[in-house]
Amino acid sequence: MKVVVFCKSVPDTETRVKLKDNRLDKSEIKYILNPYDEFAVEEAVRMKEAGKVDEVVAISMGPERAREALRSALAIGADRGILIKDDVLDGSDTYVTAKVLVKALEKDGAEYGMLLFGQQAIDGDTWHVPGQVAEMLGLPQAGSIIKLEVDPDAGKAVANRLVEGGEEVHEMSLPCVVTCRKGLNEPRYPSLPNIMKAKRKPIQDYSIADLDLSPEEVGKAGSFTEVLSYSLPPKKEAGRKVEGEPEEVVQALVKFLKEEIKVI
Amino acid sequence: MAEEKVKGGAFLLESPKLEEVFVPEEFTEEQRMFAKTAEDFVKNEVAPKSDEIEAKNDELHVQLFKQAGELGLLMTDIPEKYGGLGLDKISSMLVQEKVSSGQGSFSVTITDHTGIATLPIVYFGTEEQRQKYLPLLATGELIGSYALTETNAGSDAMGIKTKAVLSGDGKHYILNGSKQFVTNAGFADICIVYAKVDGEHHAAFILDLKSEGVTLGPEEHKMGIRGSSTRAVFLDNVKVPAENLLGEVGKGHLIAFNVLNIGRYKLGVACTGASKAALGEAVRYANQRFQFGVPISSFGMIKEKLADMVTKTYVLESAVYRTAGFIDALFSQLDYDDPEFGKKAMDAVAEYATECSIIKIFGSEVLDFVVDETVQIFGGYGYTEEYPAERFYRDSRINRIFEGTNEINRLLIPGMLMRKAMKGELALLPAAQKLAKEVMTLMPLALLGSGPLAQEELAVEMARKVALIVAGLAAQKYKEALKDQQMLLARMADIIIELYAMESALLRTRKVLEKKGEDKARHHVAMTQLYVAQAFPRVAQLAQEALAAIEKGDMLKANLSVLRKLTRWYTPVALVDLKTMVADKLIEEEKYWVC
Repeated sequence: MKVVVFCKSVPDTETRVKLKDNRLDKSEIKYILNPYDEFAVEEAVRMKEAGKVDEVVAISMGPERAREALRSALAIGADRGILIKDDVLDGSDTYVTAKVLVKALEKDGAEYGMLLFGQQAIDGDTWHVPGQVAEMLGLPQAGSIIKLEVDPDAGKAVANRLVEGGEEVHEMSLPCVVTCRKGLNEPRYPSLPNIMKAKRKPIQDYSIADLDLSPEEVGKAGSFTEVLSYSLPPKKEAGRKVEGEPEEVVQALVKFLKEEIKVI
Repeated sequence: MAEEKVKGGAFLLESPKLEEVFVPEEFTEEQRMFAKTAEDFVKNEVAPKSDEIEAKNDELHVQLFKQAGELGLLMTDIPEKYGGLGLDKISSMLVQEKVSSGQGSFSVTITDHTGIATLPIVYFGTEEQRQKYLPLLATGELIGSYALTETNAGSDAMGIKTKAVLSGDGKHYILNGSKQFVTNAGFADICIVYAKVDGEHHAAFILDLKSEGVTLGPEEHKMGIRGSSTRAVFLDNVKVPAENLLGEVGKGHLIAFNVLNIGRYKLGVACTGASKAALGEAVRYANQRFQFGVPISSFGMIKEKLADMVTKTYVLESAVYRTAGFIDALFSQLDYDDPEFGKKAMDAVAEYATECSIIKIFGSEVLDFVVDETVQIFGGYGYTEEYPAERFYRDSRINRIFEGTNEINRLLIPGMLMRKAMKGELALLPAAQKLAKEVMTLMPLALLGSGPLAQEELAVEMARKVALIVAGLAAQKYKEALKDQQMLLARMADIIIELYAMESALLRTRKVLEKKGEDKARHHVAMTQLYVAQAFPRVAQLAQEALAAIEKGDMLKANLSVLRKLTRWYTPVALVDLKTMVADKLIEEEKYWVC
């Protein structure tokens, strides 16, 4: 059984986001593999190590730098990569992204048993793509899972989701889609020998022409949504400390809530 | 003829070609991945356990060490044939730097193991020794240590008293003696131990620490790196199998000295990682600590500290990887299967012995400066154990002492260069003589070029001339007796160190300028200008003192007028503006951002 992990190249979590001409200033950003995708890669690799999966394929759509995200996935233990890279993909929304990813899956051959995603990408933070891919392919989906048991012979998977006040347990037939979050596993550090091995693992490049897509179907042209503007969150101001005897503190606080920020 | 490699010490004669200089901006994707694994491991697994490590939880310490082994962090310098990765030296140094991100004790344990404990076997081991030990050292299944120092033989490595005598049947050497301050002794399985065969011939042995007759002294109570193990090793009629002799009898001191060169260099690399870690803590604290209603990072004097800290770290990093590039270029031509490998490796290391000493001194002193200012930025809290600044401060101090004190290394720098000059490997004296003639008609400002670093380029050229003139005059005056003029030699060493440091920053910044343009390289440029602004006047001052230690009266006056001509043309840069710009960038990024 082949499983496919979807990988996105995103700005490092420590990035100080800057804007320039109403766009993200990407000039000094360092990119990493989306941390939620690491849980997905780790889970897939563990399934392979447990003998339940034959091959782990990592797919990314993005500019050239997405190759590094794939390399990270390969260093964790994925077997090969697919990079969908085309200038006309710039400006694609989540719908187009899902559409392109589905095309790439078809191109690579359809015999996959499971599609694994990070539950969200830490940059766009839309949570859209996994659900869209599941919908387009008509597959069952369990989102934000914290536990996964796969039985390839029985053709099913059982996934636990954390919900308010408890857990939901989903049984799905294969192939299915899962999205992964913290708590599912502890992603390993790619060891130095595995980083070196990753360099020798193949990454297949696809342009949109390779996927039988036309420029009108992708990028801004093919998208339903468009980002109109970006703005930074307001600067956090220093807190204020109310000090004194309990009665005085309560009175000062009530006065503040009533008169200054007028919430009561 | 194959392309000629940069020769060790050649920076005293001329600037290397830009394309021969490696800069950290050129790390490959793979090297960055190695670095990330090392850095993440230390940050996420070791740092949270820092207090336990410092409280001497050896079991935990060893467990983390083995984890590092599983990640491949111990095998960078071991050939693939023996279970290692056989990485290039730049990768290996980058891993070393990241392993040393602010966890002094853990870093020392690893550095000792991968450096002075493992490399002697890589370089000088027989095929059998390599096959037996290297695969286990590579994974961390065996922990290594190194014992040279004795109570009365520290810097004086030739004065060791530990004795080895071959048994009657020729099967064993019987070792007797005691070794002091053995790093890793409490954890280690094996030890590279030095002894004199029949009390005369220096030799190195691979000692199994579980051998009968080996006992350990108690743990030393140290100022810093308290989680590391430092104990005496006593040898009482210890039988070491004859096949565990490393290299040849009579040549043990050469192994010791050459391995120490690498140890010194690695120490400077470790100091780079530690400086970055301290700097990060300092700037984050300065941003969080409010006084008078504003973060203290908004105050000019704190900004100045931050700017100086990051500038020196940048210069150190530049010097470290410039040197890594040189060493890698030599090592990449070597073949581990070559029967002459040990000798060639030794020659390769010896070639850059001067640079290794420079990196050791400069690295340990930059780190000491950085941790000192870190404590100061933390104020009263910096003096308490509750914040990391106090530990950084204590952990840093040993670096100026071990792997050859900075004083010994300061003597070595001019000493080694002079020896190269005498052997004709480095045309130091002809260059000094030629310069003495030229300097009469030399007009420095006529040589001033254009571009953002014109003045710094000229400063480096003039510093080189100053170094040559002082070295030439010192050699002429004292000849063989120069080795006894320690205070003069110290000044010569400092001039040479500052020259190497300034030039390393300059070369790196020029490369970055070429690649990224003036706007993106503006912080690199500012840091280079700032460093030259403190180092170049310092070179002039040191040279003045040195000249006054060489001649008196009219001769001194004549020499000083030459010195003034070479140094007086320099116009101070706008320090306040430059430091504010550099500090503001650091304050915004909240960590060492350059690379």
